[in-house]
Amino acid sequence: MVVGKAVQRVDGVAKVTGKARYTDDFTMPGMRVAKYLRSTISHGRVTFIDTSQAKALPGVDGVFTFQDVPKRIYATAGHPFSLDPHHMDVADRYLLTDHVRYMGDEIAIVVAVNDLVATKALSLIDVEYESYQPLVEVSDILSKDAVEIHKGSGNIVKSHSFVAGGDLDAVKEECDRLIKGRYKTQIVQHCHLENHTAYAYMDDLDRIVIVSSTQIPHIARRIVGEALEMDVGFIRVIKPAIGGGFGNKQDVILEPMVAFLTKKLDGIPVRLKLDREEGMIGTRVRHPFDVKVQVGLDREGTVKLIDFDALSITGAYASHGHSIVSAGAAKTHYMYPRAVYSCKTKTIYSNIPAAGAMRAYGSPQMTFAIECAMEEAARSFGMDSVEFRLKNGARAGDKSQITKKPIMTCGLLDSIYKGKELINWDKKRAAWSAEQTGQVRNGLGVAIFSYGSGTYPVCVEPASARLILNQDGSAHLQVGATEIGQGSDTALAQMAAETLGFTFEKIHVVSAQDTDVTPFDTGSYASRQTYVTGQAVMRTAEQLKTKILAHASVITGLDSELITIVGDDIVIAEDPKIAVLSVRDVAIDAYYNKERGGQITAEATYKVRNNPHVFGCTFVDITVDIPLCRVKINEIYNVHDSGIIINPVTAEGQVHGGMAMGIGAALFEELMVDPDSGKIYNNNLLDYKVPTIMDIPDLGAAFIETNEPTHPYGSKSLGEPPIISQAPAIRNAILDATGVAINELPMSPKTIFKYFKNAGLI
Amino acid sequence: MFDINSYHKANSVDEAIALLSQNPDAIPMAGGTDILVRLHGHNKKFSHLVDIHNVIELQNVTIENDGTIVIGSGMTFTGLAHSSVIRENIPVLNEGGSSVGGPQVRNVATVGGNICNGAPSGDSASPLLVLNATVELKGPDGVRHLPLYEFYQGPGQVDRKDGEIMTCLRIAPGDYKGWSAYYYKYAMREAMDIATIGCAAACKVENGKIAGLRLGFTVAGPTPLRCWRTEEKASGMGANEELLDMVENSVLSDLRPRDSWRAAKDFREQIIKTLAKRVLREALKRNTEME
Repeated sequence: MVVGKAVQRVDGVAKVTGKARYTDDFTMPGMRVAKYLRSTISHGRVTFIDTSQAKALPGVDGVFTFQDVPKRIYATAGHPFSLDPHHMDVADRYLLTDHVRYMGDEIAIVVAVNDLVATKALSLIDVEYESYQPLVEVSDILSKDAVEIHKGSGNIVKSHSFVAGGDLDAVKEECDRLIKGRYKTQIVQHCHLENHTAYAYMDDLDRIVIVSSTQIPHIARRIVGEALEMDVGFIRVIKPAIGGGFGNKQDVILEPMVAFLTKKLDGIPVRLKLDREEGMIGTRVRHPFDVKVQVGLDREGTVKLIDFDALSITGAYASHGHSIVSAGAAKTHYMYPRAVYSCKTKTIYSNIPAAGAMRAYGSPQMTFAIECAMEEAARSFGMDSVEFRLKNGARAGDKSQITKKPIMTCGLLDSIYKGKELINWDKKRAAWSAEQTGQVRNGLGVAIFSYGSGTYPVCVEPASARLILNQDGSAHLQVGATEIGQGSDTALAQMAAETLGFTFEKIHVVSAQDTDVTPFDTGSYASRQTYVTGQAVMRTAEQLKTKILAHASVITGLDSELITIVGDDIVIAEDPKIAVLSVRDVAIDAYYNKERGGQITAEATYKVRNNPHVFGCTFVDITVDIPLCRVKINEIYNVHDSGIIINPVTAEGQVHGGMAMGIGAALFEELMVDPDSGKIYNNNLLDYKVPTIMDIPDLGAAFIETNEPTHPYGSKSLGEPPIISQAPAIRNAILDATGVAINELPMSPKTIFKYFKNAGLI
Repeated sequence: MFDINSYHKANSVDEAIALLSQNPDAIPMAGGTDILVRLHGHNKKFSHLVDIHNVIELQNVTIENDGTIVIGSGMTFTGLAHSSVIRENIPVLNEGGSSVGGPQVRNVATVGGNICNGAPSGDSASPLLVLNATVELKGPDGVRHLPLYEFYQGPGQVDRKDGEIMTCLRIAPGDYKGWSAYYYKYAMREAMDIATIGCAAACKVENGKIAGLRLGFTVAGPTPLRCWRTEEKASGMGANEELLDMVENSVLSDLRPRDSWRAAKDFREQIIKTLAKRVLREALKRNTEME
């Protein structure tokens, strides 16, 4: 068995030794650098721009402004193309703009021989603005007199509402108790180690080659085509090793610009690379939410309804804004699927950096709101927080109120039992006094989550793979899906080896994607790769196996049904100990026998039409130092039902990474906006407090393995779910310790101070 | 890429002084951990550099016959952490020094740079303040000495005249012998961060009474500050809870924390009061252990 084994990552050694090659590791003779001129106001119009001095500076190859770019508006969200015109992404960007919508908006760009010349050239561009009131506060954005950030929008990207599972008012009427709460989440940023970077050149006078740090090479190719009015056949996107994305590279940010620049400059290679300070405002951030929740319960504490009113701020441009809040609502609905689920959402523009996709896509925000409200509900009944969730949480066989389909596998309750045991819930509950006093107090917290395994049925879920049998009996595996650090190359190779009967070492994954040769897959997002791409890999491997056995049958004269592949050998199916010949022998014969055979390859493409849900929870034990307004995590566990685990070590790593990121968003991180100007104060890694290894406690991960019937190996998603439930668990533990409910994020000392002061604790 | 206009590497203090004197725009660079960040931001003020990173004579810690500790300004924080003179006599300096940045930064960042950049948040500043450190400067006109608290003039401003190099920090025996001290850095992260509030306390207890007490704070005013009024009030008081309460209630009168987007004034005040009490309690505990 290769599936389920902790094989070493295929890219592990290359990455830890620095040998893996990333976009910035490639260079070409004559390569130029490009730098954006970013606006110094957050809302207004450019009334005058003079680039003549910049153009005259020696070493400058070109200066382009909003006047020089195609008059073509395009959408940047990295979704698959939608055939449904009502489900298209929002087209609201030009390559450069004179209509400034956030401080840092791209109004011109310089191409020069090096960074210093480019920076000098930027300082020589004269710009005058007409300024409008920066729209940062919600009341200003939605005021009748507000200037429209995008014409005709009323500053609203999208409003959406639905009720699933019954009549809201009727159920509300029947409820014995209605718990109300309002919860706010902050702007966080992905902070992937590798900043956004891309370069482009033309391989002849017609075709553009783009090398980019992207999660979505095939989608990037389409969007570049849309932005530049080119057919995709003229565009080639290559994705080398990538240093993280977390959704921020599921957006097409630099690729259309580098393509435009090389086209303008006769095909010379041009690199556009954002530094950290630029990337933290000029790419994407997580949407801040303001969620009002009502939870209706009967007299026994059974949840009867969950009713949301969620406001999401997408910033200057829509990006993924039209879909994130509803995706978050839909994916979190599976936590308490027996309740009526009502959801009103509104996403609005604002003069702040654009929000886009980020790990778990709206779910962390919604889960914070739900799991805080559920805690209030449990406490209002005097019920133990764990018992309350065991009573109300999802079980296999429950039907989704939205899709009306049953949940086939659900390890939620087992996850809760496991987490409770790991943290020693009952023992600590009994040992700690209910009413603690003193400056330092202990608290226990729990929160649950649910998530999807892809985007179906909202989006199409295509995946493709190709396997080529080499002369040495190994196989090259090509996928359109992208390894972005999550370990998908390894998991996919394990599945290929498993199906083929090969040893793991015999699968060579082609890690780079190149749209000229890589089969089509929409890329890395929505935790889809193991579940969705895995199914294409399995089908490809089955085909290749059939072809290998067919040729082995020709060589040996044995009926192909009588033989199979085990451990790189062709063996008798009935008695696998009897090896007939090796796969290598088959390959050599297929390649070089003058009379028979040929290259043995297989390719399959598959559209998944399922979306099994994953479940789990976070348990946390904390100490709160009240006068210092500080939370210390003593123990924290995440327990996941992600179906059968393909690789226990990489799975654990994925959970650890998600937990650390979740703790960062819970206690540390916030991109801070000046409400008067729209300026971001802390777009650097000193002032934006990503926790360090010193701030992260030991992380505990455990798995409840259910066997998902819709996947050939029983697997479900694991990419994003580990980040979802830390914030509400920690918040509930602070409530447990101090009696103070902190209803906004991050729960940094500054926030905690405000709440403790109001509560009279300090 | 850095936009550096001139760069000279000095091999001795005198050469550094000569180079600085020739170019009034030039500034000395030791570890470079602050200056390179400024240069990354294309700050023109830092584009003429005299590199003193390899000036060996600045890189030692010695103890003179009378017990005066002399700390070369070119000592890195890692170097200080390895110095037995520091570890055995004034460990509080390492409590500050080991909270600077991360290991890579501490391997090159120097105590002289940490003081001379004039940051209100310098992690070595409050330990050195409570040790009553004096600064030694050498320039074209010779050598001069002044107390560290006088060296600080304002945010980012120190009394380093054109052409001068800070050669060392000196701590007199009467300022550490019989004293115990403690430093605590309150920051948003446990590493790689600037202090929200830094607090050092030093005390000398004789017959259960305070014979000397010093409190030093960072980020509680435009420069690192001593708490003169509180220190005076403490003199002669018993080393007990009453003292700690007095310090907690008095300390804000010596300090000027400000409101900024990094932290609000009332929040800083809460932390200052809490730290004053807790840090002093720890310093007193150490004094008892010493006896």
